[in-house]
Formats: sequence, structure tokens, C-alpha cells
Amino acid sequence: MGQHLIHWVWLNSVPGIGARRASQLLEYFECPENIWNARKEELSRLPFLTRKTIENLMDKKIRDESEKHLERIYNHKIKVITIKDDLYPCYLKSIYDAPPLLFVKGQVEKDEKTIAIVGSRRATSYGLDMAERIGYELSKLGVTVVSGMARGIDSRAHSGSLKAGGRTLAVLGCGLDTVYPPENKPLMQRIEESGAVISEYLPGVKPVAQNFPARNRIISGISLGVVIIEANEKSGSLITADFALEQGREVFAVPGNITSSNSKGTNKLIREGAKIVTDIDDILEEIKVHRSSNNKEHRLVVKKPQFDGLDSDERIIAEQLSIEPTHIDLLAEKSKINIQEMNAILIMMELRGIVEQLPGKIFKLKE
Amino acid sequence: MLSKIKSCGLVGIDGYIVEVETDISSGIPAFEIVGLGDTAVRESKERVRAAIKNTGLEFPVRRITINLAPANQRKEGSAFDLSIALGILTATEQVNNPALDKYLFIGELSLDGEVKPVNGILPMAICALNAGIENIVLPIANADEAAVVRGLNVLPIRNISEIINHLNGEKPIDRYYIDIEGIFSSNINHELDFADVKGQANVKRALEVAASGAHNCIMVGSPGSGKTMVAKRLPSILPSMTFEEALEVTKIHSIAGILPQKTSLITNRPFRSPHHTISDISLIGGGKYPRPGEISLAHYGVLFLDEVPEFSKDALEVLRQPLEDGVVTISRVNASLSYPAKAMLVLAANPCKCGNFLDNTKQCTCTPKQVQQYLGKLSGPLLDRIDIHIEVASVKYKELESDKEEEKSALIRERVNKARKIQLDRYKGLKIFSNSQLQPAMINKFCRLDDKGKELLRSAFDRLGLSARAHNRILKVARTIADMEESGEIKLAHLAEAIQYRSLDRRFWNG
Ligand SMILES: Nc1ncnc2c1ncn2[C@@H]1O[C@H](COP(=O)(O)OP(=O)(O)O)[C@@H](O)[C@H]1O
Ligand SMILES: [Mg+2]
Ligand SMILES: [Zn+2]
Repeated sequence: MGQHLIHWVWLNSVPGIGARRASQLLEYFECPENIWNARKEELSRLPFLTRKTIENLMDKKIRDESEKHLERIYNHKIKVITIKDDLYPCYLKSIYDAPPLLFVKGQVEKDEKTIAIVGSRRATSYGLDMAERIGYELSKLGVTVVSGMARGIDSRAHSGSLKAGGRTLAVLGCGLDTVYPPENKPLMQRIEESGAVISEYLPGVKPVAQNFPARNRIISGISLGVVIIEANEKSGSLITADFALEQGREVFAVPGNITSSNSKGTNKLIREGAKIVTDIDDILEEIKVHRSSNNKEHRLVVKKPQFDGLDSDERIIAEQLSIEPTHIDLLAEKSKINIQEMNAILIMMELRGIVEQLPGKIFKLKE
Repeated sequence: MLSKIKSCGLVGIDGYIVEVETDISSGIPAFEIVGLGDTAVRESKERVRAAIKNTGLEFPVRRITINLAPANQRKEGSAFDLSIALGILTATEQVNNPALDKYLFIGELSLDGEVKPVNGILPMAICALNAGIENIVLPIANADEAAVVRGLNVLPIRNISEIINHLNGEKPIDRYYIDIEGIFSSNINHELDFADVKGQANVKRALEVAASGAHNCIMVGSPGSGKTMVAKRLPSILPSMTFEEALEVTKIHSIAGILPQKTSLITNRPFRSPHHTISDISLIGGGKYPRPGEISLAHYGVLFLDEVPEFSKDALEVLRQPLEDGVVTISRVNASLSYPAKAMLVLAANPCKCGNFLDNTKQCTCTPKQVQQYLGKLSGPLLDRIDIHIEVASVKYKELESDKEEEKSALIRERVNKARKIQLDRYKGLKIFSNSQLQPAMINKFCRLDDKGKELLRSAFDRLGLSARAHNRILKVARTIADMEESGEIKLAHLAEAIQYRSLDRRFWNG
């Protein structure tokens, strides 16, 4: 770090120099220090630089700022990994606009089996459930789960992975000094501890909208494949799917209810050839991860409820809930139990950890 | 000459006798009213003068002094017009009747001598009866209201001539009668019935529990899920009003001047639904000329605050004390007055700013933080008075179209009456009437749990993340559910159901 790093940070901060330009410059000059020292005439000969960008490269003020960037990086205990470092994730390195610098909190690994899980920020309980399960199952099998730490699907995919004690990577669209969304502070902490939070942005960069598509290319780029759960027609997750295809990654989609706007995007992907996920094996097959042969149960299909220790009313309720989460009125109607008893029974079942209550008096089976 | 005529004024919801003393003496012609009258009382002079002249009677061109006694009590309104006119007519011997002190006169005069209706007739009539007065003379439009008071001769008039002819023995006025029992029993009908509400078994059950124990409640649900619809039907399942309750409610509405024409008695429990832009004064009462507020107009009925997060914090704050005490006290410069305010409080709220948080068919566009903040605004004093939380989901189209018979309000009300009766018997002599009024010390006595019950409650607190304020509310509601089943002790199922009615205390609502 130190002297060497300041040139990298400088390069990353020059307006007009994105991932693509940076890699072209590095190809020509070999290291940022040479770019720093390059004379204007030399730069002018390069066809991919505009006059404005060259001015920025020579700009003293921008150069002076680099010290401050570096200080912020140290203060926030952020690690910097350059594309020339050995540790730089190999899949990400292979994309054509790989970020020259990665800012990291936690540990990255050069070569690991990674699957991204992305989807709607406003997911249904079904979507959230699937995110958590797929995150959990993949982690149990040693796959690293990548996502964007956004609300909804992303957050649940991370927490599913954490529950399984697995590694998970969060790729942010802002500097690592910002927690976004703010309520994810505890989640971010846990991701740092058991994986890494990654960004190509310097500390101080706010989570502005235009950062997110660029962030999505890293999510897909760092992964072997992308699983999409619940995306409406205009979802950012579809952008991630497009990147994945361009980058030659597998695209998986979890089918949804055809009446839900949240499934429009995913069902469309399936129609266009994305691989449908009805079982965790659907993903494993493509990325050449094999589970031990004696463990062949279909993990994503809800297990039949354990009826041991349930009385007959409770059993009827559990059976209905094993089909889908159900509103208390419908549950009472289907099971022919009157509403006051239903209220009492459900609380008892909830306290015993058999069912879970969701906002709106909807009940579901607890796993 | 000096004359004395009786009339009636109002403080709070009660009447008091006002003696109108008229002195006519020689001297420079003048017309003076003393005795703390407001503008309307002082303007009485002009109406009385014109009314007497236009009736073809003589208005004395002498020195007239009117005193409204007791002189230290502030008086307002135009209801003294009739008595002032009669005071002058008696003092000038245009009216001669030896039994005048058995009469009480109320009414506003128009310039041509017509007698026009006034507010607050019922409390005045009750006051007249209590003061031993036999006859009450009043505007014909107010007759039905006064006739509710048994033991009083109600003499309705259209204009001054009629009462003069009556008093002078020329043409007696017929006493006005109504069939009070008939009105009381036949008028108890509710146009809005729970049978109109399709499905919503859980919401109906929760409201039945609320009605059975007079518990305040809040409904949370997306727009169009039917919150307003069911709230409006709540009065129809509350116990029928007693005659005394009906009298008190009618008094308040009479004073506020919102008693419908030709109504003698309000027999249905009131339902008041003030808009969230309402002023503090309109909500709890008061003002320069004090009037009961919405909370008193809802006395013995339902005060419904729809879209309650939209109400200002101040408005919700001023409701706190009256809700606690069941009465609004208004301090005046030289007196204080009070209006009863025993209303059941029913709140309704969207689950979040966009409204769709509980709606499975629409997208909620709020962040988790915004969802928390929306109802979080309600926490504290007001939510602390709410025993029952009800989550309302929209019923499906299929259910709306179904012609399945839903239970009628009358049937539900019968059960509610039974549960209330048990409470009335149990709390005899304790000055409370329902489980919702149980004080902490009484809760220990009347809401005992056995060991299993205690264990259940403890684990509910541990596992559901209920906040501490839920504890006593759960016990009170459990007591009500036990009463609904005529069970002396609170059984596990009663307690378990009561725990269901605290959803807003749970983690997913308050973070
Ligand atoms: N359960 C129901 N049964 C019959 N009609 C209903 C029901 N729920 C809603 N509606 C209809 O929808 C309308 C809107 O309901 P409303 O009470 O105004 O909803 P909210 O107050 O929750 O916004 C009602 O006037 C009624 O016509
Ligand atoms: Mg409404
Ligand atoms: Zn919302």
C-alpha cells in the first residue's frame, strides 16, 4: 500500500476514467504510477481518451485529493484490492469492464464457487422465503452467495446464507462508509464477518441511482450464475440477468405465481430460456457442484409438516398451511373450526413454534 | 309594577331556573336588561319590543328594568325572549293569571310575534319538573322533545297571542302528549346491520369482544377493506340504551342543537365520526359560548376516528383526559362546567402511508422504516387506551358476491347484552360497569390466572415480543371472552384468544 496505492486511488477518482478506460490505460502503461508520470503528449496519442479526460488526468487538484481518499480508506478500515493483486476474484477479472479497484470489508477469495441471488425489493412472502431457502441450501453445500444487500430478496438471500454458516458477499452501489439501506447495519456487520462487503466506489460516494446498474455487473461478474427471484417487468434484476448473459454466466429464474406482478419478469426470463429453478439441484448441475449421493431430498419443496404431537384440529390447520400461508378467516372456513377457537389454537401453535404469524393475520408453517 | 316570570338557562348539560323580574316605573323611557346576559340576550330588547307591538299589544313608554336572576350566572341565547315579553305584559296587566308561578316559558321571538325553537329543551324540561313547575310553555317545534319528560304539562305555542289567550282564560291550549314507551321501543332500530358485511369472521368476532367488554379498539387495514363500514355498524351490536341513557344523550344533542326536528328522544347509540381536520374545541367541547364537542356527542355511543394518523398530535392529546375520566371539564372565568363523555373509542388507520402493506394484491411502496413510522406516530397516550387491535384484510370479490347469510346485528347484540349483564352484576357497588374499566388492583382480583395461564402469558411475552403495556389489556380482554362464554374462570383458550388482539405490539409492527 502507501505510495503505490495512491496512484491506484487517484486513477479510480479521475472523472471520465471508468473500468473500461482504466483497463486500457493499464494495458498500455502497465501500472498507475506510469500513468501518473505520463506526459500530456503521450496521453494525447491514445485514441480512447478525450481531451477533457486528459485534462482531468493532468489536473493537480484531483491529484491532491488522492491523499484524502487514502486517509478515508484507512480510517474506515477498508481494504483495497487492485486488479493486479493475486487475491482479485478470478471470475470478476475475466469480464471486460472489471473494476480496477475493489474496496473490501471482510475477506475475498480468489477462486470460489459463487452464485448470485437477486430480486425484488418489494417481494412477497413467497419470494422472501425462496431467497432464504436457496441462500441457505447453497451455503450448506459450500457455495458462496452473492447479492446486493438491498431490501427484500437480497437481504433474505444473505441471511439465509448466514443462517447456514456460509460465506456471503454483498456488492454495494456506494462507498463502504455508507450503510444502504440503513436498516441493514446489523446485516452488513455479519456479512463482513463471514464473507465480504465489496464496492468499486471510494468512501464518500453516495448510493445514487446511476451506480446500481454498474454495481449489478459486478454481482453477475463475480458469480458463476445468477438466480432471479421475483422481478417485475422493469426490475433492476433483469439488468443483472442481461449482464450475466453478456458475461457468459448462467441465468436461473424461480417461477412465480402468474397472477402476481412480481413474477412477470421471472416468468418472462423462463420463457426466454433462463433455467427454471424448482429444486436446488437445478442450480448445482450447472455449476458442477455435487452433493453427496445419499442426500437427495428436494430441498426447496416444503417438507410435509411433522404431525407428531399435534392434535386433530392442529393437524388440519398444519395441512392447510403446508399448501400455502393462509388468512385466519379462510383457515377457519376450510377447517370448520369457529373463529374464536381458531384464534386460540393458532396462538398455542405459534408459541410452540409450529406456525408463524405474518402481518395481516396470515399464518404460515414455520420450518 | 313588578312581575316575576320563570324561565330556564343552561350550564353544561343541565338547566337552572331563571327568574325574570320586570320593574316598570315612571321616568325617562328606557329598556334595560341586567343579569349577565350575552349579546343575544341584550338584543332580546329589540325582538321583544317589536313582537309586542306587532301582536297589537301595548309596549309601555316608561322605564323598564329586567333582571335575570340569579344575576351572577352568565346567560346566553335567545330563549329568554318569551319570558321577558310576558314579564312586561304581566307588569302592565295585559296578562292576568294568578297561577303564573306554576309556568315556565321558553322561546325566541321573531319581530312579528312568532315563537321560534331553541336548543336545550330537554334539560330545561327536566329542570322544570325538578323545580316543581307544572306547565312548560314552549315553541311548537320543541314540543316532542319536552313531552318526553313525564309529569309536566307541555303547552306548545306558535305565537305570543296564543299564550296570552291561554293565560287570560280566553282560549286554553291543549296539553301535548306523546307515547313515550311506544317511541322508545319502536325507535330502537338500526338501519346499518352487520348482516351487510360479507365474510370478515375475525373482524366481526373481535368487534363482538370489544362490544361485550366496552373495549376501545383500533382497526388497521388497507383503504377499501371495510373499516368504516364495520365501524358504523358497531352501535347496532352495543347493548340497547336504557331510558336514562337515552335521556342523557338527547340532552347533549339538544344543547348542541343537532337534535333532528320532531325528535323526542335519541334511542340509538350515537356514532360520531369527526374529520381529521377538526379543531380541538369541536373535538372536546368548549368555546366562548360553550358547546359539547364530538366526544360528548358520542356519549354512550361510538367515537370513531377514521384515518387516525392524520389527526394532529395535539388533537389526540386533548382527548386523553376526557377518555380517562368519561367527562369533559371546561373552565370558565367564574365557573366551570362539564359535559359527559363516556364513549367507546374506535380508531381506524391504514397500515402504512401508501396503504397497501396488508394488501396481497397490491404493492406497498413504503420502506420498512416508513411502515414503522406511520403507526408509530400513534404510540403513547392514545394507543395506551386501546385494548383490542384488529387487522382488516380486504374480502375477496368471491365473498362479496356470495349470498351466504351473514348474522344479523340483533343476534350479536343479544349475546353482548348477556356478557354485559354478567359484568354489571359482578361490579355492583364498585362504580364500574364493564371489564374495560378495570383498574390495576381490580385486575388482580377479577382476572386471576392459574399456573398454566401464567405460563402461557409469560411465553407469549417471551416469544412474540409483546410490549409491557399489553399485559393488563390482555387480562381484561380475556375476562371479557370468559364472560362471553359465561365462564367464571379465565381458561387457556380465553387467554390465548385475547393475546391475538395485540398485533400492534408485535415485532413486525414496531421493529
Ligand atoms: N366485507 C364487506 N362486505 C360488503 N361490502 C364491503 C365489505 N368490505 C368492503 N365493502 C365495500 O367496500 C366499501 C369500502 O369500504 P370502507 O368501509 O369505506 O373501507 P375503508 O374504510 O377500510 O377504507 C364499502 O362501502 C362496501 O361497499
Ligand atoms: Mg374508511
Ligand atoms: Zn406502504
